[in-house]
Formats: sequence, structure tokens, C-alpha cells
Amino acid sequence: MSSTTPGVRPAPSHLHQVVDCQWACPAHTPVPEYLRLIAAGRYAESYEVNWWSNVFPGILGRVCDRPCEPACRRGRVDEEPVAICRMKRVAADLKGDISARLPKAPVKKNGKRVACVGAGPASLTVARDLALEGYAVTIFDGGTQAGGMMRSQIPKFRLPDSVIDEECGYVAALDVEVVLDRWINSLGALRSEGWDAIFVGTGAPRGREADLPGRAEAAANVHIGIEWLANLAFGHVETVGRRVVVLGGGNTAMDCCRSARRLGAEDVQVIVRSGFDEMKASPWEKEEALHEGVLIRNCMVPLAFEHTDGQLTGVTFEHVEVQRDARGKRALMPTGRMETVACDQVLVAIGQENTFPWIERDLGLAFDQWGMPALNEKTLQSSLPDVFFGGDSALGPKNIITAVAQGHTAAVSIDLFLRGKDVVADRPGDRITLASQKMGIHEWAYDSAISDLDREKMPTQALELALKDIKLELELGFDVKKACNEASRCLNCDMATVFTAKTCIECDSCVDICPTECITFTEDGTDDDLRTRLKAPAPNLEQMLYVADGLKTGRVMVKDENLCLHCGLCSERCPTNAWDMLKVDWQVAHAGSQAGSVGAEAAAVSA
Amino acid sequence: MTYLAKPRLLADVQPRNAIGFTKRDYEGAISTLCAGCGHDSVSAAIVQAFYELDIEPHRVAKMSGIGCSSKTPDYFLGASHGFNSVHGRMPSVATGASLANRELTLIGISGDGDTASIGIGQFAHAMRRGLNIAYIVENNGVYGLTKGQFSATADKGSKSKKGVQNADAPIDLVALALQLGATYVARSFSGDKDQLVPLIKGALRHQGAAFIDVISPCVTFNNHSGSTKSYDYVREHNEAVNRVEVIQPRQEITTEYEPGSVRRVMQHDGTALLLRKLGLDYDPTDRNRAMNQLHEWNAKGEILTGLLFVEEGADDLHHHLNTVAKPLNQLTQAELCPGQAVLDKLNAALR
Ligand SMILES: Cc1cc2nc3c(=O)[nH]c(=O)nc-3n(C[C@H](O)[C@H](O)[C@H](O)COP(=O)(O)OP(=O)(O)OC[C@H]3O[C@@H](n4cnc5c(N)ncnc54)[C@H](O)[C@@H]3O)c2cc1C
Ligand SMILES: Cc1ncc(C[n+]2csc(CCOP(=O)(O)OP(=O)(O)O)c2C)c(N)n1
Ligand code: SF4
Ligand code: SF4
Ligand code: SF4
Ligand SMILES: [Mg+2]
Repeated sequence: MSSTTPGVRPAPSHLHQVVDCQWACPAHTPVPEYLRLIAAGRYAESYEVNWWSNVFPGILGRVCDRPCEPACRRGRVDEEPVAICRMKRVAADLKGDISARLPKAPVKKNGKRVACVGAGPASLTVARDLALEGYAVTIFDGGTQAGGMMRSQIPKFRLPDSVIDEECGYVAALDVEVVLDRWINSLGALRSEGWDAIFVGTGAPRGREADLPGRAEAAANVHIGIEWLANLAFGHVETVGRRVVVLGGGNTAMDCCRSARRLGAEDVQVIVRSGFDEMKASPWEKEEALHEGVLIRNCMVPLAFEHTDGQLTGVTFEHVEVQRDARGKRALMPTGRMETVACDQVLVAIGQENTFPWIERDLGLAFDQWGMPALNEKTLQSSLPDVFFGGDSALGPKNIITAVAQGHTAAVSIDLFLRGKDVVADRPGDRITLASQKMGIHEWAYDSAISDLDREKMPTQALELALKDIKLELELGFDVKKACNEASRCLNCDMATVFTAKTCIECDSCVDICPTECITFTEDGTDDDLRTRLKAPAPNLEQMLYVADGLKTGRVMVKDENLCLHCGLCSERCPTNAWDMLKVDWQVAHAGSQAGSVGAEAAAVSA
Repeated sequence: MTYLAKPRLLADVQPRNAIGFTKRDYEGAISTLCAGCGHDSVSAAIVQAFYELDIEPHRVAKMSGIGCSSKTPDYFLGASHGFNSVHGRMPSVATGASLANRELTLIGISGDGDTASIGIGQFAHAMRRGLNIAYIVENNGVYGLTKGQFSATADKGSKSKKGVQNADAPIDLVALALQLGATYVARSFSGDKDQLVPLIKGALRHQGAAFIDVISPCVTFNNHSGSTKSYDYVREHNEAVNRVEVIQPRQEITTEYEPGSVRRVMQHDGTALLLRKLGLDYDPTDRNRAMNQLHEWNAKGEILTGLLFVEEGADDLHHHLNTVAKPLNQLTQAELCPGQAVLDKLNAALR
């Protein structure tokens, strides 16, 4: 990695960060590895790689928030990133019977008992990690099925029950006891049952209310979005008004409006305070909603529910204008222009809140000023050393993959705590190893050729069919051909270019061949200064400069990691093997991992 | 060498020059030379020079003989005209091309074997007649293509890869070009593009015989200790006399220089060469002094690089021969066959 002090250039320790998708994934899933396995037709192994990292490949392959995709390198050199998320589903769809490949829980348990409250993705991850280490884990949930909000909130047309059943089942199969229909109403009472540790994964269960005039009077036709979705998921709601207004612009609003269309609503309007681009919903969700005939209206602030004789008649809004002040801060300026939108039903989807009515405030568990548990964010341990948090209940509502990542973190802490270790000082580090990919003068153990295919489009059910059946899964998944095409678009960012100054003869061959001109040999300087002297402009400050000294001429080699295609041409052209392509195998620490630290081994290998 | 072509990704979003081409548009096929060959760096410098000069690729003719160096026109300017001639015969083919179409930018690529051994006679005449060409020799001291025999530029006493000493006196192509009347003479090193690219640009914009001897190490047969054409040897013995900046006719001069430190030489087409003097006291417009200084430094085993000589307002073969102003392929029936009256007049003059 580069340092800003010229003359002191440590061995590279940044190589795992060059794998943009894996770095951006909260659970650090080894994306390029599973994509290559798909290309090789090794679907079961691809699923396995995913399962170890993110526990729910089939679920996430459909509904993940995909922070990896905006980060994907391909998106910087091509129009669209690799369809990373959909490829998880490919692995899940094509894997066949996986049971023999998945590990079994040890027969001999370690004698420690852990309780998880809530059966959402956070708890299920904790349970999986700890069960594999010999812990006896029991999960309690007040609902009738495991899965948390994956089950109760996400509509079936995005995520069928069968997928949730299968993947929750793999966790339960590890001797994890899942106790349903059991609402925990006292943490004090639970603690007195003698659990060695307790994990709280109760989510953010309360939908934010729209306290506007007329709310009480029109109550019969105004519903909180997440409550309505849960009722829909469990079959308690089967009809909807003809004209529906959805308040809010996040993913919950998108699920509400799309569900309403499927239940038969003809006029569905999502009405949002912000502008279209500022809406919280993922771009693809907005696109789908528009495609399904939903009207999205922006810059309108709700003022009142209109009603006659206890019957909702509409919602009144004021139009606003988005203005930016000198510092670029956004403000909504009232225009005085009012509009009443007539409707038969309103779904309020303006946010979620945490609430912990079942945690007594005199147990010694500290809460902060916003009513959230006071946690060490690195360990997720609360002020009661045997109580840990994760998922939406820990740091506020996010998404499934964050809940999984936090589940791993909490499981590491619980494991350390119950082994009598310090949850901070004794924490295991990630394991990073590097392995050369050279198989011949210009033969690599990976497919180094760069494909110029465009991103595959996801085939879907015909709109008429989709709108008729609320349980019909909309997306059909990629077939083998589409999957292989898409896999080939990955640039293999885990195939790192590693430079050895000692053997470089400064012939410039790598500089000349590099298709993106990312290599420069120049006089040493600080990073800021170097960036002004590179062969190609290096404006992306989020991507590092790889700087190496020790050359005969006293210059340094500077590589801007931003646009490297991992094509290996530099290495093929180098007459002295000063460049090598090394595969970065980055294994994030899970419960039971041995101590070590990030980058330590990487540095050792390349030194 | 590599088998894979450079990927096209990003090719369309790369910066463009004044006539709308990206640098990639000046590239050619993927090189088949040994990895680390200096010749590939020279190709890259040529790509850079053409890109910066905003020359349309299809208005260029690239001429060469035989050798690894002479193969390289395949690896740059894939959209240009070209002629891969016989060993040592590039200058005569280039002369023909130049006479036929004076509007093409002519670049000749040759090797030390192709030019100093088999082709020395042809080289001599191209220089002395002022052929309007940028003539580049990629000088590695050996016949690379035929597996490393000493060429005529190998220094006396230098050793082959197997340890055999060269007993023959070397031909210094720069000295020869100076003596033969070339009007733009430079020496450079494939490993120093900062120096090489402007020298190539200046040569392309020079009207007349422009010659550049580029020391271009052969990684496979001549990059050992004992060689005087290795990366290490050249870096240790390189004495640059000046740095050149090429200012195109409509381009502004933005670099600031201390007064008196820069000398400006105008070329025929309005291009200015700004020559910034380095350590040595050296006058690149004095042919005789240049020759003397060159000999002195050669005797010390040092390599003088930079623009060693340039003649302001030089002229070329077309001028000497008073040829027609248009390319031959643009001449019409009327010009080619001016009629009986003109013929009668001509015949009368010869009576
Ligand atoms: C409408 C909607 C759509 C969403 N869509 C997506 C999406 O497409 N992609 C995505 O990544 N994320 C999505 N999310 C967010 C995602 O569902 C959550 O971030 C994630 O499920 C949080 O997981 P968790 O394990 O923290 O808790 P949850 O999944 O919320 O699970 C908590 C569980 O705990 C149970 N529980 C709570 N209190 C108790 C108690 N006292 N005793 C017993 N049981 C209790 C609840 O019944 C629930 O089953 C969506 C959320 C909503 C509301
Ligand atoms: C008439 C003729 N004689 C001999 C050869 C064999 N031959 C091929 S390349 C070459 C030498 C090339 O040396 P140089 O021009 O220095 O090129 P390099 O390969 O070193 O770049 C020779 C002698 C030939 N091709 N044609
Ligand atoms: S190109 Fe492949 S490895 Fe690189 S960020 Fe995108 S998915 Fe990940
Ligand atoms: S792998 Fe090497 S040649 Fe290819 S883009 Fe990266 S630095 Fe350039
Ligand atoms: S190709 Fe190899 S030897 Fe040549 S400059 Fe690049 S790293 Fe150094
Ligand atoms: Mg040669």
C-alpha cells in the first residue's frame, strides 16, 4: 500500500481492498471466486462458498440490497456492474442436493447454551456459526415461521416461501432448536433461565406513524405499511381498495405499492416528499414499480387525511420545491400549492423504529438517548457482558446482509466470551493468503481475457400473469448460458498484481502494454503529488495508489488501482516476472477462527 | 510476448486528441517480440508522438526492412499504410513512396543490422539526398531476429551473451548521418520516453532527412554485463545534451523557462522546437562541433543523447528535384498529358 511519506514504502497490504465487491459486501463474500465456480459449472461449490459467508445465498440472490454492485470495478470501466446478486441465485437454483456438502454440527457439544431472541437473519447466522462450534443454540420467535422480516415483510413475488424454508432449514439441521410462537416478554426472566449467553436479534419492528389531522377518523382505511405487509404475508389481508395512496419512498413503499397492484388496485400512487432521485428505494425497485403501472409522484408533503362519516376520501398534500443552499444542503421549500388526492386506502411507509418493550430498564443494560442499546460497535456486546445484539435491533434498520455480517461479529464475541477470552484483545483477525496463478509464460489459472459482453437482463414473468397472482415469483433467474456470460464479465479483482522491485529492470514493457495506463515509473513523492504525475489521470481518491520503491534508478513504481482490469498483461509482458498475478484469498474471521491479523500474511508472502 | 489483444473496455471513454482520436486508435496488432524488448517501448513512443501531433493514421506510411525492429510497424498505427521491404532496402522503397505521394507522413523503422550492416549503402543515399522521412533505427547491437550475432554497431570489445569479444570497429550511425548531411539528427534510449517522444515528434515535423538512433536493448541476446547496449549500461553512461519540446503551429507555449536557457528552432511547417540545454555546453546547430563532440564522448565510452543536430529551414528531396507539388495520384489527365503544343515546344527546346 502507498504511504504519504516518500521513501518509506511498506509491502502491499491493501490487496484485499482491491476486490471492490468483496470489500463492499458487509459479510465480505468472495464474489469473484463464486462467479468463477459458476462459470466452471461447479454450482454446488459456488453455493457453498456463499453459504459460509452469507448463510442465505438463495434469499440474498433474490432480494439483497447489493452494496457490492455500485462498488463493482466493472461499473467503472463499462456501463453496468456485474450482476453479482443474481449470480448467487444461479448457484442456489442449479446446485442440486447440497445436504451432503454442508457441515454437520459436532455430535459432542461443548456444554454451553445460547439463547437467540428473534428468528431473523441475524439470529440464524449467530446460531449457525455457534452450532458448528458445538454450542447448544435455541432460537425463540413470537411468529409462527422462522425467517423474521424476510418471511413477514418481503412479498412472496420477490421471495418465495420455499427458498426461506430451505435456507432456514439448513441452520435448523445443525441441531439448532427453533422455538416458534414464543414471545419473549422479559429479558430478566430469560436471563434467569441460566443461558450462558443471550443474543438479541429482534429487528426494528415498529412502523413509523403519520400523525396528521384525520388519522384517527380515517383509521379503518389507513394502515402502517409493515403491518399491512405482514398481514398480507400470513394471509390475513386479501383485498385492497381500488385507489391506493402509499406514503413514503423507500423499499417498504415499493413493496406496498407493488403488492396493492397485485391485489387488484387500479390506481396506485406512491407519493413522496423528496425528488425521484433522492428516494431511498433501490433504483431497480422503482423501475419495477413504474413498469407495473404505479404512479410515483415527488415533492409532495402530506398535510391531512380527508374523510366523511369516518370514511377516508383522500389525502391532501402541499407541493414543495427542492432547493439547495450554498453548502449544497437540500431543503424543501413550500409553494403554497395544495392538492387532494382522492383514494380509498392509504399505506404509510415512512420508516421503521426500534422498540424494546420487553427489556426491563433496571437490569443494567444501558440504552443511549435514542432508546438504542449502548453497544461496542466492534463486538456488539452490550453493557451486560452476556447479552449481545445484531441485525436491525443493534444499530438500527438496514438489510439482510448487514444482519448476517453483524451475526458473524456477535458470534465471534459470544464464542470468545464463553471461552473466557477478551472479546476485544483476543479477537481473531481475517486470514489473507496469496497464491501465484502462473501456469506458463502466458497461461494463468484464471480466465484473464476480458469479455466485452453487456450485463444480462433478468427474464421475468409476463406482466399480466404477474399482476394476477401475488405469490407468483416475478424474476425467472438466469439460465446456464446467461450465467456463464455474466460470470465472464467479472474482472477477477482478487487476482492481484504484485510487484517485486528487486527483479525489475525498468524496461517499461508493463507501462506500454497496460490497456488502462495504470502503471507509472517516476520520482517518489507524496500520494497527492504522485497523482498529478501519473501516465493516466488518477482522480478516484477512494482507490489506492500502490507504490513500491527499491528500483535501481531510485524511482518508484506507482500503480493506480482504480482502473486495473486484472488482465495480467503487465505480468505477461514483464521479462523478469517482477509482476505476478497472485490470488487473494480473504477469509473473514468467524466464530472459532484462530488469532491472526489482516494483511499480516499478505505482507509476509510478498516481502 | 502475449497472445491476448488489449481489451477494448474503456477504449471509447479515453481522452481524444484535437482530431478526435484516442491513443488506442494509433495502436496496432499485439506485439510478438520478447517480453521486455526495447523495440516495444519505441512503438509505444511512436503511438504517443502521432497521437500528440494529431496526425490522421490513414495519412501515414510506415516503411521497414527486416529484423525484429523492422517487424514493429505491425504493432503501431494499424490503420496506416505500410511496406515491409527486403532486408536493408527500406530507404529505396521509402524514396519511391515519398516521391509518389509527398503528402503522406513517412516513418521508416529499421534495425542496426538492417541499416548499418546490409543496408548501409541505401541509408547513406537516403540521408544525403534529404529524403523527407523520420528514419528510426532501433539499435540493439545485434541481429535480434537471427538470434544475437553482433551487428555493425556493436562496440569494439563488448561481449556477446556467450562471452565472445567483438573485434571489429563500430559504425556510429549518428556520426554517419551528420557527415552525410542529414538535417535532423538525434540519439535516444527506449527506456526514456520523456526524451524520446518529443524527438520523434520533432522528426515527424521535420522537412528533410531526420534520423534518430534509439538504443533499444535486446533483453534476450544483449542485455548482459559486458554489453554496451544493455538497460543498465545505457542508464549509467547516458549524457543528455538537451530536452526538446515540440510546439505545434497553432499551439501556445505554456512552459516557463529562464531567459537564455532555451533555444528556439523553427521548422518548415511552422513547428517550433524548444531546446533546453542540459549540463554540457552543446550547440545543436553547429554540424562540425557536433561531430567533434560526438567523437570525444564516444572515445570516453559515454553516450550523448538528445537532439544532436538540427538545421533550421532545411529542405528535402522534393525541393532539390523541383517535383510537382501534388501527390502523383491527384494529377489529372490534363496535367499528365498537357497536349501537342507543349510537346512540340519541348521537342523544339531539345533540337
Ligand atoms: C417491507 C420490507 C422490505 C424489505 N426488503 C428487503 C430486501 O429486499 N432486502 C433486504 O436485504 N432487506 C430488506 N428489508 C430489511 C430486512 O428485512 C431486515 O433488515 C432484516 O430482516 C433484519 O434482520 P434481523 O435478524 O435483525 O431481524 P428481523 O428480520 O426483523 O427479525 C426479527 C424477528 O424477531 C422476532 N421478535 C421480535 N421481538 C421478539 C420478542 N420479544 N420475542 C420473540 N420474537 C421476537 C420478530 O417476530 C421477527 O421474526 C426489508 C424490510 C421491510 C420492512
Ligand atoms: C538478404 C537477407 N540477408 C539476411 C537475412 C537474415 N536476417 C534477418 S534479420 C537479420 C538481422 C536483423 O538485425 P537488425 O536489423 O539489427 O534487427 P533486430 O532483429 O536486431 O531488431 C538478418 C541478417 C535476410 N532476412 N535477408
Ligand atoms: S469485476 Fe468481479 S471481482 Fe471486480 S468488483 Fe466486479 S464482481 Fe467483484
Ligand atoms: S493487470 Fe496489469 S496490465 Fe492489466 S490493467 Fe492491471 S496493471 Fe494494467
Ligand atoms: S515489465 Fe517488468 S522489468 Fe519491465 S518495467 Fe515492468 S516490472 Fe520492470
Ligand atoms: Mg539489431
